[in-house]
Amino acid sequence: MKYVMLIYQGPALERQSALTEEEQKQVYADYQGINQTPGVTTVPPLGLAENATTVRVEGGKTLTTDGPFVGMKEAVGGLFILEADDIDGAIEVAARVPAARYGGAVEIRPSEVYW
Amino acid sequence: MVTALDEIFRDEWGRVLATLIGVLGDFDLAEDAAQEAFVIAADHWPRDGVPTNPRAWLIRTARNRATDRIRRDRAFAARLGLLVAAQEVEMPVDTTTFPDERLELIFTCCHPALGIEAQVALTLRTLGGLTTDEIARALLVPERTMAQRLVRAKRKIKAAGIPFRIPPDHLLRERLDAVLTIVYLIFNEGYGGRDELAAEAIWLGRALTELLPDGPEVRGLLAMMLLHDSRRETRFNDGELVLLEDQDSSRWNTTQIAQGRAELDQAIALGGRGPYVLQAAIASLHAETPCDWAQIAALYGELTRLTASPVVELNRAIAVAETEGPQAGLRIVDELGLEDFRYLHSTRAELLRRHGRTDEARDAYRRARELTEDGAERRFLERRLTELANRTGSGSDPAAPECES
Repeated sequence: MKYVMLIYQGPALERQSALTEEEQKQVYADYQGINQTPGVTTVPPLGLAENATTVRVEGGKTLTTDGPFVGMKEAVGGLFILEADDIDGAIEVAARVPAARYGGAVEIRPSEVYW
Repeated sequence: MVTALDEIFRDEWGRVLATLIGVLGDFDLAEDAAQEAFVIAADHWPRDGVPTNPRAWLIRTARNRATDRIRRDRAFAARLGLLVAAQEVEMPVDTTTFPDERLELIFTCCHPALGIEAQVALTLRTLGGLTTDEIARALLVPERTMAQRLVRAKRKIKAAGIPFRIPPDHLLRERLDAVLTIVYLIFNEGYGGRDELAAEAIWLGRALTELLPDGPEVRGLLAMMLLHDSRRETRFNDGELVLLEDQDSSRWNTTQIAQGRAELDQAIALGGRGPYVLQAAIASLHAETPCDWAQIAALYGELTRLTASPVVELNRAIAVAETEGPQAGLRIVDELGLEDFRYLHSTRAELLRRHGRTDEARDAYRRARELTEDGAERRFLERRLTELANRTGSGSDPAAPECES
C-alpha cells in the first residue's frame, strides 16, 4: 500500500526550539531516520505555513490568497510518501516522527489513484 | 426446528464469515456471500435436514456464490471494456478443516484506525451476526445512519489497508485491550436495560475465551460480565432502579454466578491481576451476603493504582463508607473533581444523607438530577428528594442502610 504521510507541526516547532541542543540533535536524527526508512520517499521539505500562498479557482477566475488553506484548522508542515504492507506499518513510522510527540500529529492518507 | 436452526446460524455466522473474508480478502463480498448461503440454508435445511457438517456446507455454498459474483462482475467489466485481471478465488479442497479466523476478524473490527462507534457496530455485525437493523435499534441510532456507518467502516478497512490478522507480538497486548474495551462497551450499553446487548457481549466474551484460553484478562472480562449480569433481574423493579442493598438476592442467577466465579478462578490461576480480573473479583464479592466491604475497598484501591481513574476512586469511596462510615467516604469523594459526573453527586448525596447532613444532601441530589437523562435513574433521585423533603438541617438518619459486615 502507498500512504501519503502528512505532518502537522502544531506546537511542535516551538516546543522543539526550547529543547536542549542534545535533544534537538535527536529530533534531526529522528527525521533523518524516517527519511532513510525503507519504503519512504521524501519530498522537498516544506517552508513555513505563513509563507504559503493558496490558489483557488472560482468561476474560471484564479483567486490567490496569502497563507495556507483556511479550510483546515492546521496547516500541513511536511509530508512524505511511504510504501508499507498495511496501516500498522504506517502507524509505526508515523509514531517515529518527532512532531507527533511534541504536540503535533501525523495524518496517514492512503494514496489512491483516481484516474 | 426454527430455534435449533437459529442456534446453528448464530454459532456459525462469525466463523463462516471470518473464513470467507480470509479467503476472499473482501468484507463486502464475503458478507454478501455468507448472507446468501444462510438464506439458502434457511430454505433447504428445514426441508432436506441439516447437513452433517453445517459449517462446511455454508462455507462451500457461500464460496460458490462469491465465485459466481466475481465471474458476473468480470463479465460485466469485460463488456464495458474495463477488464482488470482479477484473481481467481482459490479455496482449499478440504472444506471440513477451515482454520478458525474469528480472532483475525475481531482484531480487524477493533482496529484503532476505526472510530469506536464503527468498531462496536462492525463487531456486532460480523462476529455477532446481528443485522444492521438490530444493531441500529440496540444502539438507538436510526437504521440509515447505522447502515452508512457500517459501509464507511468496511470501505476504510479496504482503502486504508487495515490488516486481517492477529497482531504481531509487540502490538498484541495493546490491541487485545482494545478488543476487550469494545466487548465491555457493548456490555455496558446493555447494562442499562437493553438485555440483548448484554447477552451479545457475554456471547462475544465466551467466544474470546475459546479463542484465547490462556488470556487472564479475557477470562476476567467474561467473569465480570457474568457476575454483573447475574443480578440483572433484580436491578429493576417495575422499571424502577433498585440499589444493591435492596435487591432480592434469592432471585440472582446462581448459574451465572457460579460460571463467573469459575472463570475468575481460572483467570487468577493464570496470574491475572489486571483491571478486568479485579473488577470481576469485586463483582464476585458484591454477589455475597453479607458483603465484604473492606476487601472490596482494598480491591478498588488496587484498581485505582492500575487505572488512575477517578471513577474507580468514587467506587472505592462507597466501599470505604460502608466500613468506616459516610464521613470517610465523603473525604475521598470531595477530593475527586468530576464536577459534571452525575454519579459523583448522587454518591455524595447518598453519603451526606446517611451522615444526616440533609440540606447538603438535597442540593447534591438536585445536582445529580440535573445531570441525569435516564428515566429510571431520575425517578430514583426524585424519590430520594421526596423522602428528604420533610426533613431539615442535620441529625442522624435512623433509616440509613448500614453494611452488614
